[in-house]
Amino acid sequence: MSDPNIISPASTDARQGDVVTNSKDKGWFYTDAVKEHFFHPKNFMDNEAEYADAAMGMVGSPACGDAMKIWIKVSPETHRITDLKWKTFGCGSAIASTSMMSVMATENGGKTLEEARKLRPQDIMERLGGLPARKVHCSVLGDKALRAAINDWYRRNNQLDHIEIETGRIIDKVLKITDHDIEEAVLDGALTLDKVQAKTKVGTGDPSCIPEVENLIRFYKEKYFGAE
Amino acid sequence: MNEPKPIYLDHAATTYVDERVLNIMLPYFSEVFANPSSFHTPGLRAKEVVTEARSTIAKLFNSRDEEVIFTSGGTESDNLALFGIIRAHAAKGKHVITSAIEHHAILEPLLHLKKKGEIELTILPVNREGLVSVQDFEQALRPDTILVSIMMANNEIGTIEPIADIGRAILVWRKEKATPYPYFHTDACQAAGTLDLDVEKLHVDLMTVNASKAYGPKGIGILYVRRGLKLEPLVIGGGQERNIRSGTENVPGIIGIAAALKFAQDEKEIENARLTKLRDRLIEGLLTIPKTILNGSQIQRLPNNVNISFLDIEGEAAVLYLDAEGIAISTGSACASLSLDPSHVILATGLSYEAAHGSLRFSLGKRTTAEDIEHVIKVMPDIVAKLRHMSPVNLDMKYFA
Repeated sequence: MSDPNIISPASTDARQGDVVTNSKDKGWFYTDAVKEHFFHPKNFMDNEAEYADAAMGMVGSPACGDAMKIWIKVSPETHRITDLKWKTFGCGSAIASTSMMSVMATENGGKTLEEARKLRPQDIMERLGGLPARKVHCSVLGDKALRAAINDWYRRNNQLDHIEIETGRIIDKVLKITDHDIEEAVLDGALTLDKVQAKTKVGTGDPSCIPEVENLIRFYKEKYFGAE
Repeated sequence: MNEPKPIYLDHAATTYVDERVLNIMLPYFSEVFANPSSFHTPGLRAKEVVTEARSTIAKLFNSRDEEVIFTSGGTESDNLALFGIIRAHAAKGKHVITSAIEHHAILEPLLHLKKKGEIELTILPVNREGLVSVQDFEQALRPDTILVSIMMANNEIGTIEPIADIGRAILVWRKEKATPYPYFHTDACQAAGTLDLDVEKLHVDLMTVNASKAYGPKGIGILYVRRGLKLEPLVIGGGQERNIRSGTENVPGIIGIAAALKFAQDEKEIENARLTKLRDRLIEGLLTIPKTILNGSQIQRLPNNVNISFLDIEGEAAVLYLDAEGIAISTGSACASLSLDPSHVILATGLSYEAAHGSLRFSLGKRTTAEDIEHVIKVMPDIVAKLRHMSPVNLDMKYFA
């Protein structure tokens, strides 16, 4: 029997790009695609001086265990990403995800900025042949850093109307907690109201939002970890 | 490509079974296999060997035979000590003292009991070296303190706690207050192979030991329980182990843990000296890499433990690169654990999250050679350099402050 936490690239689950189980007590090892990108990272930043003028985006912090920085060069005519370089502080999964994202953003002549914005963590995971469930949260920073770099490119090129600030819908009006915050908490492994509250304090200021929070937890849980 | 020679430096996670121990155990799977509770000759034979093994262990502990209770391992022994004492003595007090760097097998049950309202819990801090202060401990004692549980040596950073000093402080307290409380438990799993387990010198009332970190089999543990101490059992059934722990005895396991502890205790002086030399060489070699710091104590340290934080890299990535070189180690990084937080032990010593994510544990063992250590010292700088090169983070040394 193969480990149910690891999905092979050929399986249906892998094509959906999601992880097949939210069980946290097993499933540890990486697919060959992950290992390849981890041990032989593609497009990683070797010479920052050359990219001093490139658009740049950064997310995360070393305190939380993951930090990523992304530089992009974009054709002003086609708005396609011609070059993407990155640096990542993080585990094997974080490094492999950023590396795979750099390939996906630049292959076949490069994605347009609008296409690149739509790149989802699930797409990256799918190309990697899946990640162990407990590693999913490590792969969600790369696309965010990319979107931050895209905004930076528009800013540098005075196309301010194209900048998309990522704001969520406010759920807890007192504490100003957004659906996005809850999504993050679920990705971080908080799959119950108690655990999401431990991370976000949601509902402690505005208890009337709790039923909606529970719905969102269920929604994001199924989105990222599959239905039970 | 040549497969690199495997170098196993994760003995604190678990050890292999010593071949001598294995050979001693083998007849007890299919030759002497009867149930020690059975009334026939084969059963009596099994009972005899269990008695012998218990006696061997009691001598190592400087205890009486009947004070040695066999369990399924370290976690069960810890749970039995905590639930057993807390529930049997609930009427006498609800206060329990422990330390911030205990194993999860201690902290999680205690947090559970606290959440259920069964206890009030004081978690003692540790200093930068991971040491509990006896003074802090004395100040935490209360008239309703019924149990104290402090580990003998830490599994992550190898710090050896002042168990005998804490034990003495408890004896003084009991005498002054004319009370039998608190009882004193220590988790000695990491210490079983290297430190003295004499319960009279340690002044402990309960002590957890297992075999799987001392070159014995997995699935067998001991709880030393001082005579006369009342414990509520966790596993109830046929009344084995003086009614404290029911279940048919794991005879090969019992034979195995007795043999493993006997060998380890008999040989520890020579082996500790050998390991200490290798340990200090590894520490010295790894600390030549820039932006590194030793976690734990330089002096009060297990002879086989090296734990170092490497700034600007994440531990799991380093573990994977080392694994590709055939070197097996552990990390305190969040990414390598079930939780999202890095090691509670490293954080308790006052190190930043940043430094905790980059902590690596190398734990040496009987098969570790000087060549192995030199090989690790040789490959480590390139791995650290490669990961740092890939990292956008360039932290100040102040993160070690």
